[in-house]
Amino acid sequence: MSVIYILLPLALVLVILALWAFIHAVKTGQFDDLSTPAYRLLIDDEVREAKDKQEGDNQN
Amino acid sequence: MQFCCSGCKTVYQVIHDAGLANFYKIKEQTDADKQAALKTGRAYDALDDDEFLASYTRTINEDLSEVELYLQGVHCAACVWLVEKLPLLQTGCLESRLDLARQLVTIRWNPQTHKLSEMARALDSLGYSPHPARDHDRRRARVLEDRKHMIRLAAAGAAAGNTMLLAFALYGGMIDGIEAGYGHFFRWVSMLIAWFALLWPGRVFLQGAYSALRAKTTHLDVPIAIGLLAAALTGTVNTFTGIGDIYFESLSILIFLLLAGRFVQHRQQRWAMDSLELLYSFTPEYARVVKGNDIVESALEAVQLGDVLQVLAGEVFPADGVVCEGESYVDSSLLTGESDAQSKSKGDVIYAGTTNMSATLRMKVEASGRESRVGKLMSLVETFGSRKAPVVQWADRISGYFVLVLLFLAALTCLVWYFLDPSQAIDNATSLLIVSCPCALGLATPLALAVATGRAARKQILVKGGDALQHLSGTGKVFLDKTGTITEGKVSVVEVVGPKDMLPLASALESHSSHPLAKAISALNPHLGSEATEVEQHVGEGIAGVVDNQRVRVGTFDFVSKLVNSDAAIEYGDNSKVSELQAQAADWAQSGLSPVWISVNDQVCTCLAMGDPIRKDAKRSIETLQQLGWSVAILSGDHTKVVDHVGSQLGITNEDNRGGLSPEEKLSIVEEWQAKSPVVMVGDGLNDAAALSVASVGIAVHGGAEASLAAADIYLNKPGLKALLELVLGSRNTMLTVKLCLGLSLLYNIITASLAIMGIINPLIAAILMPLSSLSVLVLAFSSKAFRRAL
Repeated sequence: MSVIYILLPLALVLVILALWAFIHAVKTGQFDDLSTPAYRLLIDDEVREAKDKQEGDNQN
Repeated sequence: MQFCCSGCKTVYQVIHDAGLANFYKIKEQTDADKQAALKTGRAYDALDDDEFLASYTRTINEDLSEVELYLQGVHCAACVWLVEKLPLLQTGCLESRLDLARQLVTIRWNPQTHKLSEMARALDSLGYSPHPARDHDRRRARVLEDRKHMIRLAAAGAAAGNTMLLAFALYGGMIDGIEAGYGHFFRWVSMLIAWFALLWPGRVFLQGAYSALRAKTTHLDVPIAIGLLAAALTGTVNTFTGIGDIYFESLSILIFLLLAGRFVQHRQQRWAMDSLELLYSFTPEYARVVKGNDIVESALEAVQLGDVLQVLAGEVFPADGVVCEGESYVDSSLLTGESDAQSKSKGDVIYAGTTNMSATLRMKVEASGRESRVGKLMSLVETFGSRKAPVVQWADRISGYFVLVLLFLAALTCLVWYFLDPSQAIDNATSLLIVSCPCALGLATPLALAVATGRAARKQILVKGGDALQHLSGTGKVFLDKTGTITEGKVSVVEVVGPKDMLPLASALESHSSHPLAKAISALNPHLGSEATEVEQHVGEGIAGVVDNQRVRVGTFDFVSKLVNSDAAIEYGDNSKVSELQAQAADWAQSGLSPVWISVNDQVCTCLAMGDPIRKDAKRSIETLQQLGWSVAILSGDHTKVVDHVGSQLGITNEDNRGGLSPEEKLSIVEEWQAKSPVVMVGDGLNDAAALSVASVGIAVHGGAEASLAAADIYLNKPGLKALLELVLGSRNTMLTVKLCLGLSLLYNIITASLAIMGIINPLIAAILMPLSSLSVLVLAFSSKAFRRAL
């Protein structure tokens, strides 16, 4: 059972990683607009013609 | 293909030519409401102004700038698709992202090769007129605040989940025994996580309490902070000594539950602010100023008093003023609630916010911006909008007593136990402080209200403030606006006297006019082959033309009978005499309907009654409201006789019904009644906005003006008064739940506090009772009947 002395801190490290990932997602604006992406997913199933346009860095 | 108007047709062409015809397929799939395209054809020159560019746009690099624009008219998935295809339609536009909920599009374009006005014109050509989004910084700050709330909630949730896992092990150990080494290890790890939860996401409560104490006021944060701190400190001491209870799992779960409650509340407030901002952006910001022979598009701030503006048909007047050239119909239903468009010619007064319906007008500016009538109404809305909800005030008020009673009891416990058993004195006093942390109390009201609000929103009833539901659960006075609230808000043909075979002719003729009555008449026979020729419009009188080789006139009696040879053409078809028709028309006028006459080949034949029909569910809903103890009355900007007629049809007592009211008069009536009893104001127009915001509860109904939406506490997003009834019944259930939740949480606090005072609070009891109180409040709030049942 003494393995718990390693497993528990390891689990905490995983929690911190997950929390960091979520905070990163929030800070890059992925949760700012919760309704439009749902629509975008539904309708954007064709090839994008405007390949030449540069992709935004999603900072906003 | 059929189009409702020329705007939609040109938009169709633009979309089709750009190879974006998929829009219409998507639109069919999404089953969204059909809306007419709002194409304005403006030049948007003002967007290229250097000053504008400097303050409204953001430069990313030399070849890339970004701007945020509010779009009027976006409402469904197909709109998202179309707006985001802007780079295909307009060269120089690199990216277009739409936030549908906020109606905000973010555009990135190349300022070296293209102007911003080109982007704006492209959007306009799609039927979405863009408006610059003011206050970029404030909006940005709000987004950052949203993010902070979310991160806090996540951190608190992670902490709560993990301390709970550790607590399972510890509780198991209490029953079966646990090796001392593991026990200490788990307690130390719990302590670590709990302090993390308290110092990061839980800091808001400590800060709230601190600033309340510094300002020498109290709010519910103070007793909560006392409880949290007492728990954290006791737990820490007990972790170090290795004996006694640690309260860490209760602590971090409570922080999480409280934050979840606040997050829901914060969302509600955000929604209100967003809609107010949208309203500001939709009032026109540009005007076409006539300078000599030139017409210059200029920002509204730059327009001087005395300037002459040109306003095209279909545009909203940007300022108050007097007509100096042209004649046209003006729709002022937004501002005054009057359902009929009025004809305006030289010398007539025009208000900002009203819409020019039929022809180009020139006007001389007398007041603009904040000084205009609409501006003054808006500032009324703003000042009244900042009032504080009574529920919150009540909670803040009792928190002061709560803290005093708590500290007094703790001191008393300490003192009494000092004489009974000095070793337990401090322990019992601190456990009292911990277990009586009013977390369930702090959660009960906001949570029960938030759950009700969420359910109501799914039923298309949007509630902004919990206090509104509180007022609606009692009884009082209900003032209903007439146009658009009790009635459909749209003029249509209510009755026809005379031969009906004349109607297709009149429809064909009226399809050439943009007068609102004409639209209702042409809607009678939309599919018809015959076209009207030689159409002549006479403002204020009617319209004449030739349809199927017959001379048709539609309009006032004087107008249609002008050419009538009185001997030859008194009778037509089924022998209905003109004098009989006239008597009928006089009757209609008495009851507020407008008669419209039709003559064919100079013979007066048919008379139509035009009016605003009463909603089908109005009578039953009003009767039920009256049975529930509400006193119902009508306040309207329309004529008194129309109001009386509608009132008598609905069984509403006439003494309090008032017609012909200005927005200011509505406001003062509501204020007057407010002194005697709770007042509920139900309305839809900008003219109701001030009254809506000052009433105990302001309810804006479906299809209403943005201003009334922003001013109201509640917005009914579905037609009819049945929603109002649903709202009142739902509020009663909600308040019942709130009272149950409050009672239950107080009961828990009393039980745990008395156990602690008596010194029989066992660590396990505390650990179970504290989260249990919050949990049962949660369950109770979610199992509430409010807004559940369909009517």
